[in-house]
Amino acid sequence: MKTSSKHYIGYDFMPLIYTPEEIIETIKMIGVQNLDVRTVTLGINLRDCCDSDLDKMKEKIFDKITRNAEKLVPIANQIQSKYGIPIVNKRISVTPVSIILGSALTTDFEESKNRAKEVALCLDRAAKKVKVDFVGGYSSIVYKDMTYADKVLIESVPQALANSETVCSSVMAASTKSGLNMDAVNVAARVIKETARLTPNGVGCCKFVVFANAPEDNPFMAGAFFGVGEGESAVNVGLSGPGVIKEVLQQNEGKPLNELAEEIKKMGFKITRVGQLIGKELARTLGVRFGIVDLSLAPTTVAGDSVAEILEGIGVESFGAPGSTAALALLVDAIKKGGMMAAENVGGLSGAFIPVSEDAGALRALERGSLCLEKLEAMSSVCSVGLDMVLLPGDIATETIAGIIADELMIGVMNNKATSVRIIPVPNKKAGDYVEFGGLLGKSKVMSVSSFVPRKFVERGGKIPAPVRSLTN
Amino acid sequence: MERELIVVTIIGLDKTGIVAAISNVLAKNNVNIEDISQTVLDKYFAMIMLVDISKSKISLEELQNKLSEKGAEMKLEIKVQHENIFKALHRI
Repeated sequence: MKTSSKHYIGYDFMPLIYTPEEIIETIKMIGVQNLDVRTVTLGINLRDCCDSDLDKMKEKIFDKITRNAEKLVPIANQIQSKYGIPIVNKRISVTPVSIILGSALTTDFEESKNRAKEVALCLDRAAKKVKVDFVGGYSSIVYKDMTYADKVLIESVPQALANSETVCSSVMAASTKSGLNMDAVNVAARVIKETARLTPNGVGCCKFVVFANAPEDNPFMAGAFFGVGEGESAVNVGLSGPGVIKEVLQQNEGKPLNELAEEIKKMGFKITRVGQLIGKELARTLGVRFGIVDLSLAPTTVAGDSVAEILEGIGVESFGAPGSTAALALLVDAIKKGGMMAAENVGGLSGAFIPVSEDAGALRALERGSLCLEKLEAMSSVCSVGLDMVLLPGDIATETIAGIIADELMIGVMNNKATSVRIIPVPNKKAGDYVEFGGLLGKSKVMSVSSFVPRKFVERGGKIPAPVRSLTN
Repeated sequence: MERELIVVTIIGLDKTGIVAAISNVLAKNNVNIEDISQTVLDKYFAMIMLVDISKSKISLEELQNKLSEKGAEMKLEIKVQHENIFKALHRI
């Protein structure tokens, strides 16, 4: 043993030295600023579970998930204690179920919906058996057109979500290469209304998201699914560190924006390195491929763990007020620039989430009146996801929901990025009412929505063609 | 045998016997102290040890349990983390 005379510990002749400041900084990042690994998501390919016999298919699905994910939670817990950093959620994503569902359906649509629901319940049982909190991939990819199985699956979503706990569902209804499928958007809008009706306070809608350009390796719920270009399985990691970024802002009060961006970039690098370390070790121990690190900043309801507060820390008077879109763009870009160098593969949604009910700062902004639906839509053009965890009045017209979805998805289509809609029309609530979902889903105030209904527009159905990719003005 | 380095951080109000108590737990379990440093964190005392558990009979998890028991007894917060987390955060 030797005692350092200098402020370094470790061998002097080795590069392996940490200053006490570095060690204390790390401990503060985790303990005080809530740096955590938000999710490790094990993607599992279910394509080989196809069977014309529904019971056999369910058995194959259950076996494959439980066999592959058996050790996910215990190993994640071990890694969490080894490094002293919380891994908050352990999840599973699977091949979009509509792809495997077709083989086990009948020509009777109602009967087929029931069969689809049974597959959802099977996913739920498998998820519970391996003790993960969510399984994503009760999904359909329909940006161009819908197969019979796609129609069945999407129409079965309200029943599937109302009768399961862990299943998450998504519909990709638009892409830059194909345009927007308005028929699918109309079905999704109905599904949202129906899911809200079937679940207390419409909470089931928190597990359903409509996407444009959905990434196939996204680890975050509710939109996670394991894309068809993926292999047998992979571990994808999502990070979270709004509190850490907020600390950076506090230390750089009054500095010009470019200097601030530089400091955020450095912190983006550091937090992504943590994701890389955890993901790689988890994948190695599980014996699967390490997929990607998703560089998204994801808020929680915990005080200080808020993206809204970061924008306010950058200098915006209140989240959603003028300057918010610019500040958010600076933030997202800096995180990406820092993170890309820190991880082998970056993917998923990689941006910043602004799930309104899950962000304590967003609720305050709603109370102050600085945040409205239209500003959220504008901000989603520069960050990941879109209208996320937004509470709307229960009596909103289905056509209005379809119009909101179409608007949001076309922002993604035109800008070649992922956008999504996860809205909750809360039954029997009106604008200004409060709704508490509890836990990670948080609490929020119902937002007001335009009283003009785009009925004629959405009822046209059909498609909005893919956009031209030149003359980009 | 390759070293397996663990960072032990002890935070609490300064008092006599902290180094002795912690070192005792480490020595009993054949955990070698590679380096030791102290600093003041706000009003608290922080001692940081870099230890090697490669020759120890106990696992990292058992060491964590033993040290947190000792920590509870002496009203100290003790964190035991594998070195790689610091390497990931602070070294390219």
